[in-house]
Amino acid sequence: MNTRALPLYATIVIFLLAYLLCWLQFPNILSTRVIGNLLTDNAYPGIVAVGMTLVILSGGIDLSVGSVIAFSGVFIAVLLRDTSLHPLIVFALLLALTTAFGAAMGFLIYRLAMPAFIVTLAGMFLARGAAYMLSIESVPIQHPFYEALKDAYWLMPGKGRLTLIGIAMLLTVLGGTIIAHGTRFGASVYALGGGEATARLMGVRQGRTTVLIYAFSGFMAGLSGIVFSIYTGSGYSLATVGTELTAIAAVVIGGTLLTGGAGYMFGTLIGVLTMGLIQTYIVFDGTLSSWWTKIVIGTLLLGFILLQKGLLKLSQSRLNRGGA
Amino acid sequence: MLLSIRSLTKSFPGTVALDQVDFDLQAGEIHALLGENGAGKSTLIKCLTGAYRRDGGTISLDGAEVDPRSTVEAQDLGIGTVYQEVNLLPNLTVAQNLMFGREPRRMGLINSRAMRDEARGMLHQYGLDIDVGRDLGSYPVAIQQIIAIARAVSLSGKVLILDEPTASLDAAEVRMVFDVVRGLRDRGLDIIFVSHFLDQVFDLTDRVTVLRNGRKVVTESTAALNRVSLIEHMLGRELEDQVDELSSDAPHSALPELLRFTNFGRRGVIEPFDMVVGRGEVVGLAGLLGSGRTESAELIFGLRPAQTGTASDANGELDLKSPPAAIAAGFGFAPEDRKTDGIVADLSIRENIILALQARRGWARPLPRSEQNRLADDYIDKLDIRTSGREKAIGDLSGGNQQKVVLARWLAMNPRFLILDEPTRGIDVGAHAEILRLIHRLTEQGMSVLIISSEIDELVAVADRVMVLRDRRFVAELEGPLVTGDEIMRAIASDDGNRGAA
Repeated sequence: MNTRALPLYATIVIFLLAYLLCWLQFPNILSTRVIGNLLTDNAYPGIVAVGMTLVILSGGIDLSVGSVIAFSGVFIAVLLRDTSLHPLIVFALLLALTTAFGAAMGFLIYRLAMPAFIVTLAGMFLARGAAYMLSIESVPIQHPFYEALKDAYWLMPGKGRLTLIGIAMLLTVLGGTIIAHGTRFGASVYALGGGEATARLMGVRQGRTTVLIYAFSGFMAGLSGIVFSIYTGSGYSLATVGTELTAIAAVVIGGTLLTGGAGYMFGTLIGVLTMGLIQTYIVFDGTLSSWWTKIVIGTLLLGFILLQKGLLKLSQSRLNRGGA
Repeated sequence: MLLSIRSLTKSFPGTVALDQVDFDLQAGEIHALLGENGAGKSTLIKCLTGAYRRDGGTISLDGAEVDPRSTVEAQDLGIGTVYQEVNLLPNLTVAQNLMFGREPRRMGLINSRAMRDEARGMLHQYGLDIDVGRDLGSYPVAIQQIIAIARAVSLSGKVLILDEPTASLDAAEVRMVFDVVRGLRDRGLDIIFVSHFLDQVFDLTDRVTVLRNGRKVVTESTAALNRVSLIEHMLGRELEDQVDELSSDAPHSALPELLRFTNFGRRGVIEPFDMVVGRGEVVGLAGLLGSGRTESAELIFGLRPAQTGTASDANGELDLKSPPAAIAAGFGFAPEDRKTDGIVADLSIRENIILALQARRGWARPLPRSEQNRLADDYIDKLDIRTSGREKAIGDLSGGNQQKVVLARWLAMNPRFLILDEPTRGIDVGAHAEILRLIHRLTEQGMSVLIISSEIDELVAVADRVMVLRDRRFVAELEGPLVTGDEIMRAIASDDGNRGAA
C-alpha cells in the first residue's frame, strides 16, 4: 500500500466514525432526507473544492474563487433582470468569463514566475470589485426557468430529496476524478506538485498545464456560482466571503497534501461532507453555537496536517531502514 | 563515431568554463569523464543535454550536427541523462514515472493496466521484478536510479549520460547499477560516465577523458592508465613555470608552534587527526575530491564542531564549537564555493570587505564610513584589486579579483590563522600566481595559513608542509624537501592501487 493513500483512508474512517457518533445520538441523522440535504447544502462548496483540489495538487493555491462565486451570482442576477437572455445563455457566458479569468491568472503565474498566492489574491479583489460594480444591493432572481431548476429533484426512498444541484456536485466530483487520475493532464498536475524542475525534465509543458489548472479552477468557481445562485435565488456581491478558505480546508481534510503532489479527488468529497456533517450535528443538537463548526474544523485541519507530517516521517524512516 | 564534439567553448562572466574541448564517443563504449570540481565536466554535460547553449564549437551525433535547446529536445535526439539526484517524481508510481508522457490511452483516458504491464516489461529487461504500482519514493535509491536509467534509455536510446549516478549508493548497490550499465553497453548503447571515484572508473569504463580548468587534458584507453598517471592528469603539473618556489625548505620545527590539534575528529565526517601549525607556516591539505579536505577545514572553523579531541595554543585550550568562536580565536575561513559562500554579489567591494569586521563588532556599533573607506582603499591598493572603485558591486569583478576581496575581508580581521579552501579555483593563471605570492607575503608577517587545493603544483609552490587525506583520513605528512609533486601524488594514490585493480 502506498503511504500516499493513507490520508485518504484516514479521512474516510474519520467521516464514518463521526457519522456513527452522530447516529448514536440522533438516529434520524441516517436518513435519505438528511443525506439529501447534506448534498444540497454542500453543493456549491463541493464544486469549488474540486477545482481547488486540482490547484493544490499542482502545488498552487487559488484565493479568487470565493469572490468569483459572488461575482457569478450578481452577474447572473443582473443579466436576467436587465436583459431577456435565457438563463442557459447567461450560464454559458458566465462560464466562459470565469474560465478565461482563471486562465489569465494561470498565465501570469507561469509567465511572471509569480507565487500563485499573490496573483490569485489580486484576482480575489478584482472579482469582488467587479461584483460591486454590477450591483451593491442583493438582486433577486425571478425567472420561471430558475424556479424549475430549484425544484428539480429525485425523490429517494425514505422521502429524501436528491436535488439537481446535489447531483451536479456529485457529477463534478466524478468528472474531477477522471481528469485528475485518468488523463495525461492529471499526471502532469501531480508531476508539477511533486517538483517543478523535475517535472520539466520529464517533459511536462509547464506553461500550458498551469494555464489549464487555473482555467479549470475558474470554470469550477463559475459553476459553483451558478449552483449558489440557484440555491439562494439571488445574487449578492457580499456573499461567500472566505469560501476559498473553506474550500482549502475541505481539500486538506480530504487528505490532499497542501504542498502538492499527493491527494485524491474523492477525498475532497469526503472532506466537504465531513464539514457539512458537523454543521448538521449542530443543527440537530440545537443548543450549540454555530461557532463550534469552526472550532471542530480547525481541530480537524490541525489533526490532518500533523497526520501528514507524521506519515512523511514514517515513510522516510521506513525507507532508511529498508535501504541500509 | 557516434558522438563527436569539436572545439566546444562556453564561458560565464568571469570564467571560461570550457575552452576548445574535443570529445569523441565511440559506439558501444563506456567513456569516463573525469576532472576535479570546476574542471568543466558538468558544463560539458549541460551543453550536451541542452541545459546550456554553447558559445562555440560543434556537437554532432551520427554525423549530423545537433544543437539541443532543452532536455526534452536532447532526449528526442537520442541523448538521455541520469543525474546524481534521481530526477524522477517520488510521489508518482514506478509505472507512472517510467511511462510519463507516453501513457497508453484508451478513448483519451490512461489505461492503467496496460501502463503497468508495459512498465513491468521494461524493468524486466533490467532484472528488476518489483511492484510498479507502488510510489517510486518507497524504493531505495539504487532501484530508483535503475528506473531512471530505464526511462532515459527508453526515451533516447543512443547516448546515455550518467552524471555521478553512484554518489549516494553503497558498494552492493553500485555493483547492481554497474551490472545494468554493462548490460546496456553490450546492447550497443554509448555511455558517458561522470564520476570522481577512480575505483569505479577503472572498474567500469573503456576509455577516459580528463578535463582540467575547462580544457581537455587527455583521452586514453582505461587499461593504458594507472592511478598515478590518471591523478597526475586530473591535478595538473603546469604551474611550476608560473611560480617560483615560494615555500621554505626548512623543516617546520624551526618555526615556533602556534596551534596544536590533538585527536581532532567527528564521526562520519573525518577521522581524528593530529596537526601542528607553526607561526608563519603554510600547511597544505592534499587529496582527491571527497577525501575530506573541506570537511577538515569546516571542523577546524567550527562549522561542524568536532566531537573528539582538542585544539590548543600557547595559552591553553581553544573553544572551536562555532564559527563565531573560531573567529574569536583568531581564525579566518575563505570557503571553497566563492559564489555561494564567499561573496555577497550585490554588495559593493567596500561592503564585502567590512562584512566580517562589522559582524564581530555587532550591529550596535557601526564602523564609521571613513574607516570603511580607508580599509577598502587600503586593501584595493595592497592586494592590487582591479576595479574602477570601491563602490563597484563585487559580482562584476573577475574571479581572481573576487577572491582577493574575500581575502581582504579576512585580512581586515587580522587573523593569526587563515584557512583557504581552493583559493585559486576558476582564476586565470596570472591572478593565480599573484594570490600565491600574496599568501607567501602574509606568512612572512607571521600569519599561519592552511591551504586546501586540488592542484598539486599549487601546494608544492606555496606550502611548507603538506598533509595528505584519503577516504576521510589523514594518511601522510610531507615536509621540507619531500614536498614535491611526485611524493604528494604517490601518497594520494598509494594503497588504492591494489583496490583499483580488483
